[in-house]
Amino acid sequence: MIDLEDVQWTTEDFNVRFSLSFPGPGIIGIIGPSGGGKSTLLNIVAGFTDPQSGRVRINGNDVTGFAPSERPVSILFQEHNLFAHLDAAKNAALGLKPDLSLDKAEWREVDAALARLGLQGRETHRPAELSGGERQRVALARILLRKKPILLLDEPFSGLGPRLRRDMLEVVRKLQQDLDLTVLMVSHDPDDLKAIASHAVFVADGTASTPQTIDRFFATPLQPRLADYL
Amino acid sequence: MASQHGSIGKNWPSAGALLALAVLALIALPALVALGWSSPGMGSTSASLLWRAASFTLLQAVLSTLISVVLGVLLARALSRRQFFGRGFLLRLFALPQGLPALVAVLALVSLYGRAGFISRFWPELPSIYGLNGILLAHVFFNLPYAALLTLIALQQVPREQWRLAQMLGMSERAIFRVIEWPVLQNALPGIAGLIFMLCVTSFTIVLTLGGGPAATTLELAIYQALRFDYDPRLALALAMGQIGLCVLLLSFLAKFRPPFAETARLSLGPERASLSKSGNPVPDMIMIVLSALFILLPILSVILSGLTADFSRLLTERILWRAIATSGGIAFTAALIAVLIAYPLALAAIRLESKGAVKQARIFEAPVELTLLLPPVLLGAGWFLILMPSASSVGYAPVLIVLINAIMALPFVYRSLAGSLRRLVAHEDPLCESLGISGWSRFSLIDWPILKPAFRAAFTFAFLLSFGDFGVIAFFGSDSIVTLPFLIYQRLGSYRTDDAAGIALVLAVFSILMTQAFSAFGRKEHAHD
Repeated sequence: MIDLEDVQWTTEDFNVRFSLSFPGPGIIGIIGPSGGGKSTLLNIVAGFTDPQSGRVRINGNDVTGFAPSERPVSILFQEHNLFAHLDAAKNAALGLKPDLSLDKAEWREVDAALARLGLQGRETHRPAELSGGERQRVALARILLRKKPILLLDEPFSGLGPRLRRDMLEVVRKLQQDLDLTVLMVSHDPDDLKAIASHAVFVADGTASTPQTIDRFFATPLQPRLADYL
Repeated sequence: MASQHGSIGKNWPSAGALLALAVLALIALPALVALGWSSPGMGSTSASLLWRAASFTLLQAVLSTLISVVLGVLLARALSRRQFFGRGFLLRLFALPQGLPALVAVLALVSLYGRAGFISRFWPELPSIYGLNGILLAHVFFNLPYAALLTLIALQQVPREQWRLAQMLGMSERAIFRVIEWPVLQNALPGIAGLIFMLCVTSFTIVLTLGGGPAATTLELAIYQALRFDYDPRLALALAMGQIGLCVLLLSFLAKFRPPFAETARLSLGPERASLSKSGNPVPDMIMIVLSALFILLPILSVILSGLTADFSRLLTERILWRAIATSGGIAFTAALIAVLIAYPLALAAIRLESKGAVKQARIFEAPVELTLLLPPVLLGAGWFLILMPSASSVGYAPVLIVLINAIMALPFVYRSLAGSLRRLVAHEDPLCESLGISGWSRFSLIDWPILKPAFRAAFTFAFLLSFGDFGVIAFFGSDSIVTLPFLIYQRLGSYRTDDAAGIALVLAVFSILMTQAFSAFGRKEHAHD
């Protein structure tokens, strides 16, 4: 459960105002035109952006003003999730100990997380030697190791081909079910939402619509802007 | 008809590039031939001089580079993780020495740390500024901020997502350094150090003014003295071969490690980096920043203060000053124009060929530009000096040679600052232009010129400033009939009219700084509009 209470953030040329609750656990899709505020919404939840006013609550706790590392949140970006000079195991291990001072048992845990994402035998490969899908799997392994209840996905699969993308969405769905996560997934493709999301939100012009179940969201677009966008 | 047009359009850059190559060869080769004319036979005195000069060249360059890079990295790290009022101003301050003529900087440092300088007045036991100390001081004055800015540019290339990851994972300062910053530094430092080392090895004006004598003479200075004072071409040749050998070694090293480079360096690192260090103790960083700022700011203030003591009412009515300004401006303008006109067709040809996969052919156009780095201006000057010295008409050729050698000196830098934009232009616009059949003049005026204008302006300004403040070439060819601003300063220093020298240095410094600032302000406005 994530609550944004009258959250406002303004810069010279951009202004967002969010007031909504994301139900959880589950997968909530966030869709809308580029420049409408989708990424800003994620950044406010993650703590990269501090709103000028309003409160942010996660599972009932007020986390307004908390540093990103103090929030129960993990995020997956579209790219640059991995450090190029570290191999897959070390990149994932950052999720357990960001200074990489792991003991034997913890390294076994890392290997298990990588294996769970289908990366056996890839542990010592560097990002340059991995495919785009594998790189995102390594980042997901790190998220798995961090064990945070909230997962933010910032268009993480839009660089992948259709087949790979379906596979990755399936991975996310499984992770969500196994760990009982609350997932906010930003996408510009309605098909991504229809594939795995239970709810959806439309973000445009710095505001967000109330979350709706996925069927209703697409069956009766409430706002003309959403109909336009689709 | 259209296809014929297209083929002409495709051929002209190569023709232009060949012409540029020919011009380059015409300027550089005779100088080399002249240097090689007298058969090398070395006496034992010259061998020991060569040995001594070479080891001093290396010693001062190694020390200068070490100090500059170590302190530069510390400064860059301090600047990268602190947001404070005046940070933008400081970054501009740290960019200032790059635009300051070496002779002006030397005067500034002497007026501050010299025997009668502001600091020595309060601290009389300060070691002498002449010799190794002063050379190191001047090199660090130029290169510490340069190393810091280049390191900041490198750090700035860390994608924002990775700083956010560090925030999210709660990385400690140590972890940030180990996981994010050290790999960046590891990649960038060899290139930065190599570049600074090269600048220190070929530094001439600083060594001429602060060094000298048997204990503090570099190869370049020894070449100059061998020709200008002793007229000993054999010795000059031996020294020149030593210098070229050293530069070959250095360049083969530099070719592997390229220093970080951004044509429009945005040095703001974003709020993520600063907020990562919010909780840490800011005092060590701020001490580093304040000390560095004073180290750069004090000499600049000192130039202004001691410059203002000059008798400007007399100085400004001296015709020689106005003639020197006009001469410097004329030389710099022409040299910059020639450098851009040679570099542009070469860069365009090389990058086109590269984009079509013809990497070897591309090297034909790129390599000569890099090779000019082997020929420090003093070497070119020495070669032409040997050709023309015996004839009485040498004075008449001097302005032409000064212009051409200055142009060659600026060439590698002009090439580099054009290459980045050209590479993007070729990648983004070539396919569309070819499919639409836009070529030749219309292509240049409609597509290339508007896109390349900022790059051209940056390259031209840089070349202009380099020639405007240059003393290395004019030291060979300057005479009463051809006087540039730096030469005039040197003359006045030689006749102990220090106040005059300080006044003229102020004029030169103000002009150089205004040029740099006007240019960067101009560039920003342009940027804001698109």
